[in-house]
Amino acid sequence: MPEQFIAPSIDWFALSPYLVMVAGALGLLVVGALTPRWPRGLYSLVSALTATSAGVLAVFIWNDVAEMGPGTLVGGALSHDAFAQFVTIAVCAATALVALVTDAEVRGTVLEGPEIHALLLTAATGAMVMGASNDLIVLFLGLETLSLALYVLAASERTAAGQEAGMKYFILGGLASAVFLYGIALLYGGARSTNLGEIVARFQSTVALERNDSLVLAGLALLIVGLGFKVAAAPFHVWSPDVYQGAPTHVTAFMASVGKAAAFAAMLRVLVIALPFHRDDWRPVIWVLAIASLVIGSTLAVVQTDVKRMLAFSSVSHAGFLLVGVEAAGHRAGEQISGDGLESVLVYLALYSVLVVGTFSIVAVVSRHAGGSTDISVFAGLGRRRPVLALALTILLLAQAGVPLTSGFVAKWGVIQSAVAERSYAIAIIAMVSAVIAAFLYLRIMVSAWLADPSEVEPEPVPAMTGVAIALAAAVTLVVGVYPELLLGWTDAVSNFAR
Amino acid sequence: MEPTTTSYLVLAALLFGIGATGLMIRRNPLVMFMCIELMLNAVNLTFVALATRFSDIDGQTAVFFVMVVAAAEVVVGLGIIISIMRRRPGATVDDLAELKG
Amino acid sequence: MLDVIWLVPALPLVGFLAILLFGRRLGEPGAGYVAAAAVLGAFVVTVGAFFDLLSLDEHHREHVSVLFSWVPVSSLQIDMALLADPLSITMALFVTGIGFLIHLFAIGYMHGDPKFSKFFLYLNLFVLSMLMLVLGENLLVTFLGWEGVGACSYFLISFWHTRESAATAGKKAFVTNRIGDWGVMLAMFLGFQAVGSVSYSALNGAAESGALASSTATGIALLLFVGAAGKSAQLPLYLWLPDAMEGPTPVSALIHAATMVTAGVFLMTRMNPVIAASADYAPQIIAWVGALTALFAATIAVAQHDIKKVLAYSTVSQLGYMFLAVGTGAYVAAVFHMVTHAFFKALMFLGSGSVIHGMHHEQDMRRMGALRTVMPITAGTFIIGWLAIAGVPPFAGFWSKDEILLFTLASSPVLYVIGLVTAVLTAFYMTRQVVMVFFGEARWESHADDHGAHGEFRPHESPPIMLFPLVVLAGLSVVGGAIQLPSFGIIPDSWRHRLEDWLHPVVEPGEAVIKGTAAYDAKSWLALLAIACAVLGIAAAIAVYAKGRAKPFEPELLARGWRYDETVSAFMGGPGRRAFDAVARFDSGVVDGAVTGTASGVRSVAERLRRGQTGFVRNYSAVVVAGVLGVLIWFVIIRGVL
Repeated sequence: MPEQFIAPSIDWFALSPYLVMVAGALGLLVVGALTPRWPRGLYSLVSALTATSAGVLAVFIWNDVAEMGPGTLVGGALSHDAFAQFVTIAVCAATALVALVTDAEVRGTVLEGPEIHALLLTAATGAMVMGASNDLIVLFLGLETLSLALYVLAASERTAAGQEAGMKYFILGGLASAVFLYGIALLYGGARSTNLGEIVARFQSTVALERNDSLVLAGLALLIVGLGFKVAAAPFHVWSPDVYQGAPTHVTAFMASVGKAAAFAAMLRVLVIALPFHRDDWRPVIWVLAIASLVIGSTLAVVQTDVKRMLAFSSVSHAGFLLVGVEAAGHRAGEQISGDGLESVLVYLALYSVLVVGTFSIVAVVSRHAGGSTDISVFAGLGRRRPVLALALTILLLAQAGVPLTSGFVAKWGVIQSAVAERSYAIAIIAMVSAVIAAFLYLRIMVSAWLADPSEVEPEPVPAMTGVAIALAAAVTLVVGVYPELLLGWTDAVSNFAR
Repeated sequence: MEPTTTSYLVLAALLFGIGATGLMIRRNPLVMFMCIELMLNAVNLTFVALATRFSDIDGQTAVFFVMVVAAAEVVVGLGIIISIMRRRPGATVDDLAELKG
Repeated sequence: MLDVIWLVPALPLVGFLAILLFGRRLGEPGAGYVAAAAVLGAFVVTVGAFFDLLSLDEHHREHVSVLFSWVPVSSLQIDMALLADPLSITMALFVTGIGFLIHLFAIGYMHGDPKFSKFFLYLNLFVLSMLMLVLGENLLVTFLGWEGVGACSYFLISFWHTRESAATAGKKAFVTNRIGDWGVMLAMFLGFQAVGSVSYSALNGAAESGALASSTATGIALLLFVGAAGKSAQLPLYLWLPDAMEGPTPVSALIHAATMVTAGVFLMTRMNPVIAASADYAPQIIAWVGALTALFAATIAVAQHDIKKVLAYSTVSQLGYMFLAVGTGAYVAAVFHMVTHAFFKALMFLGSGSVIHGMHHEQDMRRMGALRTVMPITAGTFIIGWLAIAGVPPFAGFWSKDEILLFTLASSPVLYVIGLVTAVLTAFYMTRQVVMVFFGEARWESHADDHGAHGEFRPHESPPIMLFPLVVLAGLSVVGGAIQLPSFGIIPDSWRHRLEDWLHPVVEPGEAVIKGTAAYDAKSWLALLAIACAVLGIAAAIAVYAKGRAKPFEPELLARGWRYDETVSAFMGGPGRRAFDAVARFDSGVVDGAVTGTASGVRSVAERLRRGQTGFVRNYSAVVVAGVLGVLIWFVIIRGVL
């Protein structure tokens, strides 16, 4: 026996959000299997409540962190900092909203039951782990937990499009996971550790023999590709339009919110927090990815006729905006005064998650009524059939376009402000121009909803829980737009406590 | 000639490349799936080789995690493939190209 | 009233909400009256605020009222605040005053439209946004209004969206305005970066104290100018404005003549210390763009047949004058011309609306003529507007244009000549319009058949609710010049430079700047020269178009139409004619093509790019693997080895 195994001490309270989520998922599965079908909506309510309570616990943990300072959990596997809690809260909020929407989407099909909610909660747990991971292997585990659940969710509807989406997502996601994992292995070869804290320490030390720089650089390259795939940054976005369009709409909402938030959180962890010493190596790559995403996302969105596909490309261009913030964060990563980049990305993520769930929920309601079609023509005359729904759609789309007095403006303001602060003028200008192009796309949907003559006169039914989710999303969008300090004051602390 | 750590790393890189090439040229979903497995195992080989060089336990434990993940991936992947094959027997991935543009 | 300055935007907001909630119940004309009453209320409050400010010492004429703290996060402090100072109150006065008159007019004009109440909904929303724009205490509040007026403009242009052309025009306005918007946003970021605030007092204060580096000031000024050029329809972003005439005529009068399009001039005036602090070439660029736009648009106006298109190009041209004034440092003159232009151009747009209304939606001037006999009041007021814009003293336009030209000569003789030529052309095309519409033969009688359903076709004078605004605006166009009379011998001292004294703390003192220059000494001669130019233009146009009047009436429409063009070409000579044609072609081909070209360029690039999105998984893998190789090459070879 070379060494005595010492079990790491475990702070159960700090882990409680994860435990609640996993317990919720398992509970739904076990109890759901043993009992007859629950009354309508109960599965959704339970999973939404689970996600909400995990989010609330994260708020309490945040208070602890604020008092006692950041640390690590489970032998250095997870970070215990404000950043992790922020991501957890954003993920839980989006998950709860998606859970509410899911009910009406699966009602009356073979999918009605606890399984789909268990998958949602599992995926969300993976996302939370990604945001909190302090070790690349743990990060990989979180990523796979999220991805595997998402593959199943994407293919859950037995339509041709759904299966195609699941298949494409699975094969390409597998490729990206392998690339990402290879990156971890090479980085391990270069820095002799997979622990983020130890990696930082390794580069801080002056002993050069301890590491192998070319392996580190190769590993970094593969990590960026893997993360770029998950955030759907061009040119690694190729999967996203097909998958977003083919997957069931509530799953698309989940991918676009939770999937993207988790991947960006992981990107910030790896690049800004763990590898600030290579910031001059990775920043130009992020720069290129940002510009490619902005341009490709916004131009390709304009020519689409399917609303889900439009929103998929628009989500690529949102990824470009987020990368603008990551690039800005890269200028002074690892320094005492680190600028606003990191913070602006987090704000953007939180706001965008809520926004995009709301938007896709409306798409779900409208397309369901139109027999599953998501062509832009089914939105014609929505303003006359369902004025309030059309109003909510308008608010959410205006926010996506970044119009003042909506949360989208606050988000875009933040990232562009931080880019200008780092003198990245070129990228800021390109971001603005692509926002101009993208605005046209949102306008098309709005015009169709308000001005076009209805092809359908029967108003679509709005299920109660979906309605609640849409109302919450629209309310957050407006309230944060008018009183941004509600959110901004909160995130101010995040970057200080991220380690 | 005694194989060094570098030989293992090169072998792993080759295996990884073969897997990636397979994804680009093969059309059978099952074979593509096996290519992904090949890539994951190439990474495992890398981990083990590096861990041996460092005489470090971390790299070797990572392999176990990867194996578990790969096993889970098999379950999910086969599930998706079977559900497609049941609907359209003998389908290749090129037949699944309705969503595009 | 200064303490309740928030009522100014709040009242149109109330009107907007009332129509939003009860629009259908209010119906016609209730919704129109509610909307008009809301704007009238805002006007009354503004007048109260005006007198309050007037009673204060000139250095204390500034009242900031913070509604709430909008973004109060450590480094970023932005208030939702309104600023009442001479400049903003001047703007608010004519926005609400003219806005009210146009609301009244619209009640008559939109009579019978199925979307009557929706129209007033947008109109009130527009007034609200415009007031936020001018009353904003910082760039962000202004920007909010800026976006709002753009959106309302878009909705109102495409109000009759069933017309294909209206929908296209709306889109064009939207896209060009967005291009301008990013200029403003970037200027805002740059300003915030340099000064740590986006409030006007901080930015202008930094510029005045020299804390703002000249290069930063230049950047801010030029970026703002990009935004201003988009909103105020300057080269090369002007082309949305003529197309915007697809909207209902009251919209053209309110948004595309009197208020929104002057937002760019307002913003530049508001930020005048920053322009002063920037490099010399920044104001020169502004002046040249303004002068060239003025000339360019005036030449196009000569060749138009649509009654509203002439006015639209004329508006672009007059806005060019305002930017010329801004570029040459004549901010008072710019504001002065903005006010007088708002009077007479709103008057003429409403007049043209009255004509269109009376002609049953006929807009081609070749089908008009002799309308003074059937529409005496419309004709009379329109003629007053014509004299004002042509620069005939003592009408309002003469004084403001004269002051701009004075400053221009003090700055650059070349610009002055451009300004003078534009003045001749302005007098020419406006006279042409008046002659074609109100004098000569009645060319509408032969088209009674076109309007079949009406049976006997006869233009009619508009109802009193439409004539009242015309009369009021005509009165203002006559006496509007009195707010800023120059220092000529016969004018009593206390009447001179009233606007200048009123605006004094906000913008640099006017005439003092150019006192002592040769231009200033010769200013009486310059005024005479300007009058001579106006007379020349009017005389030329009467000579040309009166000839057409003398000829006997010929029944074929086309022959007549061509005759006018021939007359023009006979007057201008072959080359002149070709030049106008070329300008018009340049307008519709190159400039217009550039914007639609950009749009279709995006489209064609996208079409090519989307072919890459093949739907085949294997291709996607190849893209990802290629990306992997690319990133690896960067990291390992370029960063690692080299």
